[in-house]
Amino acid sequence: MKISFPYMGTSHIAFKMLVKDLGHEPVVPPKPSKKTLTYGTQNSPEFACLPFKILLGSYLEAIEQGAELIITSGGAGPCRAGYYGVLHQKILQDLGHDTKITVMESPYRDIIDFLGKIRSVIKPGGVSWWTFIRVFKKAWEKLKALDDAEILSHEIRPFEISRGETTKVFKKCLDIIDEAYTLKEIQEAAEVTKKMLKSIHQDRSRRVLNVGIVGEIYVVLEPFANLEIETMLGEMGVQTHRSIYLSDWTRENTGFESKANVIKAASPYIDELFGGHGICSVGHTVLYSKKGFDGVVQLAPFTCIPEIVAKSILTQVTHDYGIPVLTVFLDEQTGKAGLQTRLEAFVDLLGQKRDVIEGAAMEGIAI
Amino acid sequence: MKGFLGVDVGSVSTNFVVIDHNNEVLVDLYIRTKGQPIRAVQEGLKQIASEIGNSIDICGVGTTGSARHLTSILVGGDSVKNEITAHAVAASAVIPGVQTVLEIGGQDSKIILLRQGVVTDFAMNTVCAAGTGSFLDQQASRLNIPIEDFGGLALQSKAPVRIAGRCSVFAESDMIHKQQLGHNLEDIIAGLCEALVRNYLNNVGKGKEIVSPVVFQGGVAANVGIKQAFERALGVEVVVPGYFSVMGAIGSAILAREQVRKKDKTNFKGFEASEFKYKAGSFECKGCSNLCEIIEIYHDEQVIARWGDRCGKWENIS
Repeated sequence: MKISFPYMGTSHIAFKMLVKDLGHEPVVPPKPSKKTLTYGTQNSPEFACLPFKILLGSYLEAIEQGAELIITSGGAGPCRAGYYGVLHQKILQDLGHDTKITVMESPYRDIIDFLGKIRSVIKPGGVSWWTFIRVFKKAWEKLKALDDAEILSHEIRPFEISRGETTKVFKKCLDIIDEAYTLKEIQEAAEVTKKMLKSIHQDRSRRVLNVGIVGEIYVVLEPFANLEIETMLGEMGVQTHRSIYLSDWTRENTGFESKANVIKAASPYIDELFGGHGICSVGHTVLYSKKGFDGVVQLAPFTCIPEIVAKSILTQVTHDYGIPVLTVFLDEQTGKAGLQTRLEAFVDLLGQKRDVIEGAAMEGIAI
Repeated sequence: MKGFLGVDVGSVSTNFVVIDHNNEVLVDLYIRTKGQPIRAVQEGLKQIASEIGNSIDICGVGTTGSARHLTSILVGGDSVKNEITAHAVAASAVIPGVQTVLEIGGQDSKIILLRQGVVTDFAMNTVCAAGTGSFLDQQASRLNIPIEDFGGLALQSKAPVRIAGRCSVFAESDMIHKQQLGHNLEDIIAGLCEALVRNYLNNVGKGKEIVSPVVFQGGVAANVGIKQAFERALGVEVVVPGYFSVMGAIGSAILAREQVRKKDKTNFKGFEASEFKYKAGSFECKGCSNLCEIIEIYHDEQVIARWGDRCGKWENIS
């Protein structure tokens, strides 16, 4: 069977291998482009959000390449994304495609449904449950290697001496991880790519700013959707730390917070899940502030209710903790100039604020 | 005499100022961009040159506005700064102690909060240009009144009509409905001013702590109707500085002066730059699936700058 999946950041590299290991033929949709957006907007409800449109566009591109099954993930809580899989399926049907969409919901909600869906994929491939667990672990390892390389790239970029070098090296790292196949090879690739990134020519005397990135998962993970905001910030001398990585929950010890911690941090402001990643945007902002970050950028698809709610709450967080937050609403625009202007101004603000705090500290004044 | 040139090239207007060491404005100029920034910049340079003659020596140039990078290439800029920082710098130089800056320009509107002379928060309209200068321009021409008279008419209203201000399309159809019902022009215009202010405060000013002194600048500050609507909505005095329409340019001139002080020479190409043959071209790079639109700026037949690529392949000319 030809199986495809959403294009989100670098994760396709791991999913591709997993599908192959399960005895199917992976169809990697092309990296989202203007064409994806055109396909997506043409066939989506006008008021749907950017992630919905990009995903639909990607699915259509995957179908052009012969995809027979698309596996995607569901959403939690009162966010429209929870129904997106269903709606995508109906739109594909209306367009005359018989490609099926399987939505993987959280196993904590319905374990039978979850296992049933996995079974429907592994059985036709002739793969046993044991093999499935083994190859899944391997894919997970790859996902971690990809995320580790990306995390490191965002740490190093603001120090790079020749502009754009980190981005170039990072692309090479992706190729290396892509080629690794056995568990041993993947672990080696992870080491090699770490070394490659660390050996980028850097000026460590630079004083960089630290900015946390929060917001809706798709626009946070996919650079096409956020106009490559982390690269833009990095090249302005800002280290970014993203609150969401797909491989998050296995790395609570590496500076990542458990979901329970995040929700706890948000609880003085809101103690109810209100869909999508809204509550996480609030909790992470509180945590970033406590860790001494200079600022936070909130990424939100235009019309995204959970992030709109979070934005209103974040005003109070800024008031209480003094952490500046810049909210960026993302939609179909592909022009970067407006975002560039806002980011430059935000970086100016953060730099000035730091100077004031340090100036006061030197003079022994409490702020 | 030494002077510092600030150029602010926005969507609707291109503004020039020359200031001295004490932030005193020596010359100011406000011209329409008319969608042709290169021509507007060269035209402005020519007019500034003829106004100052040999009396002022330009020792630094700063650019801002959405065409700041382009302009910097054309005139030889020493500092290139975003318009939010430029506006904040100008406001705190002109009105010391300012805490809130309301700025409404041609296509964008922003709010900047300053505390102790430092920017602490800002917001800019993102996906909607309702209530900016372009929309007011459009409505003035639809109603066939010169934009200069728009604000004055609003002040004559005794009972402003309620207009939907959330979206310029809604606002326009609401205005037409009210006009067809027989409301008089002054009341409709005053209603529009109130609607725009409401929209600004709900959208751009959402959740921001607006504290006096409040400065209102940008081209729309010429509109006394909007100024009054702001004062009514906020309940505080709103100050419109004398050079409200060229504050971005003033800020960039100040930033240029600071920059030049550090490096002690200017990149200014001289007023001859107004005679150079500049040309812009563009093409789509087919190197990868991004299909970036690359812009090229030519001086005579030579490419002097390129941008628009994500990967940096074209940016470095050599």
